[in-house]
Amino acid sequence: MPDGASPILDVRDLRTVFRTRGGNIHAVNSVSFDLYPGELLGVVGESGSGKSVTMMSLIRLLPMPPAEIGGGSAMFGGRDLLRVPEAELRRLRGRDIGFVFQDPMTSLNPVFTVGFQIMEPLRKHMKMDKAAARTRAVELLNLVGIPDAERRLKDFPHQFSGGMRQRVMIAIALACDPKVLIADEPTTALDVTIQAQILELVKELRQKLGMAIIWITHDLGVIAGIADRVMVMYGGQIVEHGPVREVFARPAHPYTRALLRTVPSVRGVRAPKLEVIEGQPPMLSQHPTACPFRRRCGHAFARCEAENPRRYDVGAGHDAACFWNFATGGPRDD
Amino acid sequence: MTETLALAPEEAVHNPDPRRKLVEVRGLKMYFPIYSGLLRRHSGDVKAVDDVSFDIYEGETLGVVGESGCGKSTCGRAVLRLYDITAGSIRIDGVDIGRMSQTALRRMRPRMQMVFQDPMASLNPRMTVAGIIGEPLDEHTDWSKKRKLDRIYELMDAVGLNRNFANRYPHAFSGGQRQRIGIARALALNPKFIICDEPIAALDVSIQAQVVNLLEELQERFGLTYMFISHDLSMVRHIATRVAVMYLGKIVELAPREALYSTPLHPYTEALLSAVPEPDPSIEAKVERIVLTGDVPSPANPPKGCNFCTRCPKVMDICRTVDPDFREVSPGRFVACHLLTGAPAQPIQTAGATGGTRSEHNQRGEDA
Repeated sequence: MPDGASPILDVRDLRTVFRTRGGNIHAVNSVSFDLYPGELLGVVGESGSGKSVTMMSLIRLLPMPPAEIGGGSAMFGGRDLLRVPEAELRRLRGRDIGFVFQDPMTSLNPVFTVGFQIMEPLRKHMKMDKAAARTRAVELLNLVGIPDAERRLKDFPHQFSGGMRQRVMIAIALACDPKVLIADEPTTALDVTIQAQILELVKELRQKLGMAIIWITHDLGVIAGIADRVMVMYGGQIVEHGPVREVFARPAHPYTRALLRTVPSVRGVRAPKLEVIEGQPPMLSQHPTACPFRRRCGHAFARCEAENPRRYDVGAGHDAACFWNFATGGPRDD
Repeated sequence: MTETLALAPEEAVHNPDPRRKLVEVRGLKMYFPIYSGLLRRHSGDVKAVDDVSFDIYEGETLGVVGESGCGKSTCGRAVLRLYDITAGSIRIDGVDIGRMSQTALRRMRPRMQMVFQDPMASLNPRMTVAGIIGEPLDEHTDWSKKRKLDRIYELMDAVGLNRNFANRYPHAFSGGQRQRIGIARALALNPKFIICDEPIAALDVSIQAQVVNLLEELQERFGLTYMFISHDLSMVRHIATRVAVMYLGKIVELAPREALYSTPLHPYTEALLSAVPEPDPSIEAKVERIVLTGDVPSPANPPKGCNFCTRCPKVMDICRTVDPDFREVSPGRFVACHLLTGAPAQPIQTAGATGGTRSEHNQRGEDA
């Protein structure tokens, strides 16, 4: 991330609430982050931590109602994504912001050929004619490593394997040279050997195309391998954020620390017993007034019950939302 | 009904003998027929499990790993005879159940149980927790209501569920708690052998560790024997005593845990282990990846020779014509690969290095 460059995406105080018959669910609570050109921002968290909903809120892909974006701003190229009219948002989605979703089978349309689906954004957004779009589609399939691209344009999604389908999804997302690519658990449904292929591909594409990527996952291993910065989410909030090496080497939030200890590894020493984070993630039925992790936290004390911690700077662009200071081994004063 | 069930729960602890084979599987085949054409003629088979042999010793956990579609779940289900198997023999606790009728099998069921992957799909949404956990008792015992309820409470305590929730329905529980209900149900009849089919795949990382620790505790307490099917290599490393690696319907390597993870012998095991991302950026940067090209072939039309020959980085001519035997290459280590079993001149150590010889050569080539 070059110093002094301005962020391509700047999100401040984003809140999303789902108003359901069973009550309100505060899925995203005051989330702020930024994204710089060319960097890969990893977002980790368990299911229900709000990582997907945050990104979906940005591009307003959530069904509204029940979802409701309660406040905040998301500046992208001088415009607030949360407030631009629907028609303009449609032009941004796919052209300036590309997405890749988790399940490549449900996100491709089974009744259209793969070629049609890659050419669709090219013709809509870039106003290309059929022949130009076709040439570009072949180029894209080659780029993502699908052999025999020319012929495979005529194939339907079911004729591709899981890994190949995810490559097609990436090709569609890249079609209009987006400035930002949002990838929501893009390798979770894939096997490890296929995941390794996709990760290699993404590293290669980043060098070639230089776009900014937001990579959502629950797999800390994947983040360690590809991200520049990482954002850890819990209970709809960012609890820790920083450069990836910093966060993994000196985690400053009890949740991140516990998470890193509970994940077993295939390399190194095997622990005789797995470390456990006791308890369950919180129900998000109201806007948080206390630390969401306090019930499962070994360091919790009175202040954690009374107040929701802000994100404290712990140095080197690294911050954590916790009243406990691991550097001094005591509570924070402010 | 049967004498094993009449035991009071305290006496029910099995004393496992680690030298005794509890499960012996020989030449297990499970083919699913394909019918095609206008007349629906039998035109081929999906060879989901193709000639698999292994033993499980008392009190141990055999981990079965592999990618989706490799036949690991089918293998687990076939071992419990949830399918009518195509060929082979399965001996559980000294009884051959390979050809047993389903009626006779019913009497065996209390000894062997299963925990399924998706805890929502495997629990009946219209039954209460007490009903679900107690159903095996209704089916297999003639206990009084009171006695059954006592047993249900005892099981709920054992898996860490609050007794007060006995009359709730599955939807009221989180994923990890639902999996505990599934485990309690599997334990109800005091089995010796439990097949866990991806029991943690649907759970979050922080909950996975809770369930794995629970399974380990129960194993120690009740002397259980597990077959633990999973695609998560790091979890299997944690829980398993020995590990079998499957690829396209066959076991390609079976070895004690430490040996398998430190010196994988089969090129597929090696590639599989190297593909697992490391949750530590400083190690991650140093891991030498063997990125396999291509996809797994269809089990309906496996390649000629070795099943792995289409993606193997160390493929030789013989691999494309002759299917390698599954053989013991050193005590306790079984491998099906021509590199190790075909040519005895080939020293075993070449494939032993963790990074893989081939990628090291490439690395040097680029540096030069």
